[in-house]
Amino acid sequence: MGQALAELWPILLYFAFTVLLLIGVMILSSFLGPQTAGHSTDLPYESGILSLGGARIKFGSHFFLYAIFFVIFDLETLYLFAWAIAFEQVGVVGFIEALVFIIILLVALVYLWRIGALSMVNRHLARKP
Amino acid sequence: MLDLIIEHAGLLITIALMVAVLIPIGAMLVWFERRMLGFWQQRYGPNRVGPFGILQSLADLIKILFKHDWIPPFADKPVFILAPMIGAVSVLMSFAVVPMTPNLVVSDSNIGLLFFLAMTSLAVYSVILAGWASNNKYAMLGGMRAAAQTISYEVFMGVSLLGVVILSGSFNLSEIVLAQSELWYVVPQFLGFVIFMIAGIAESHRLPFDLPEAETELCAGFHTEYSGIKFALFFLGEYLGMMLISMMITTLFLGGWMGPWLPPIVWFVIKTLLLICFFILLRAALPRPRFDQLLSFGWKWVLPLALLNLVVTAAVKLWGGF
Repeated sequence: MGQALAELWPILLYFAFTVLLLIGVMILSSFLGPQTAGHSTDLPYESGILSLGGARIKFGSHFFLYAIFFVIFDLETLYLFAWAIAFEQVGVVGFIEALVFIIILLVALVYLWRIGALSMVNRHLARKP
Repeated sequence: MLDLIIEHAGLLITIALMVAVLIPIGAMLVWFERRMLGFWQQRYGPNRVGPFGILQSLADLIKILFKHDWIPPFADKPVFILAPMIGAVSVLMSFAVVPMTPNLVVSDSNIGLLFFLAMTSLAVYSVILAGWASNNKYAMLGGMRAAAQTISYEVFMGVSLLGVVILSGSFNLSEIVLAQSELWYVVPQFLGFVIFMIAGIAESHRLPFDLPEAETELCAGFHTEYSGIKFALFFLGEYLGMMLISMMITTLFLGGWMGPWLPPIVWFVIKTLLLICFFILLRAALPRPRFDQLLSFGWKWVLPLALLNLVVTAAVKLWGGF
């Protein structure tokens, strides 16, 4: 506990220091800058075209399947971190177990690849009438 | 209170020194990059302010401080202000665990590598929140692309570093540097080095992976609506990010501060600077891919390669290779 505190306390201090500095700079700038108001200052910038409707529109995100795989795979790789740091202690048995784990990961990846879950463009085209 | 300050005077000085050196150097990198790009494209680049234009960044900073601190009336105000803060702070925080010399480090933490990974993952919130809060279509697309980019590189970024962790047996960055006294890890971990570099370029949104801010198609993407000091914070964050990735590659694969004859800090700066030059050369040389190309490249090629690298490293280490 004492050692963890000794490591964390400088980081906390550093965090406070940077946050205060950045807030200070932002406040300083808001006082130093002028308040301008032209006839199109308050319009969204869309390369000269007048904005039509808000930006919070619905549009298809073709990569949403990737996002789901990301959550799964990222969680699974977390276990590999635990294995890597304990590598010396767990030895050959740990290596074989990790190997089985990694092979399952790779098989899942190949499976996803084969059923076409990773090919975004084709999925997008296939849906067109 | 006073004896507490005296007791931690060294720490306070280190922190003040880090921030006082890092931020101006981050700003100087903007000038450096523009000069180098000019050099490679056979033109001058900024050369008017001071000798060789070296004071360009200072002039830019003064100009930016005196700009209208404009917050769009159509934007989500608190999030709009918070987003650049998250970006700059999360990048600056990572520097706390990077050992520049044996002594010059804010916190020589046992979980240094994990801390670095956590902080770089937080940086993506700044981009996505900025894209959402701006309430601008370009910014929105930029934020969505940032999300797509993050899920393409984040998985293999962590896996590519596990080889180093297995070889050195530690998450502590100083110990990783010391473990390289015989042989830099770039030799046994060459694949990990290349993969981490690809992930690092994607992480710091540098070309060729600057999809969230692609100037030519999204007119600056997630920071379209940002101006003045908030824009400067995003900009600073990007350049500090490039510096951070260079420092991490130096620490993890190129032996950190170690080298013959010269003092440690000089070696560290030389290695970092060479990597930064390489990053800038990449920007001058390569076009940008589409984001579905980046996604499929990351998942179909780099992730299996990173896992393979991990398995081979572990097997060789277990049967006495290293």
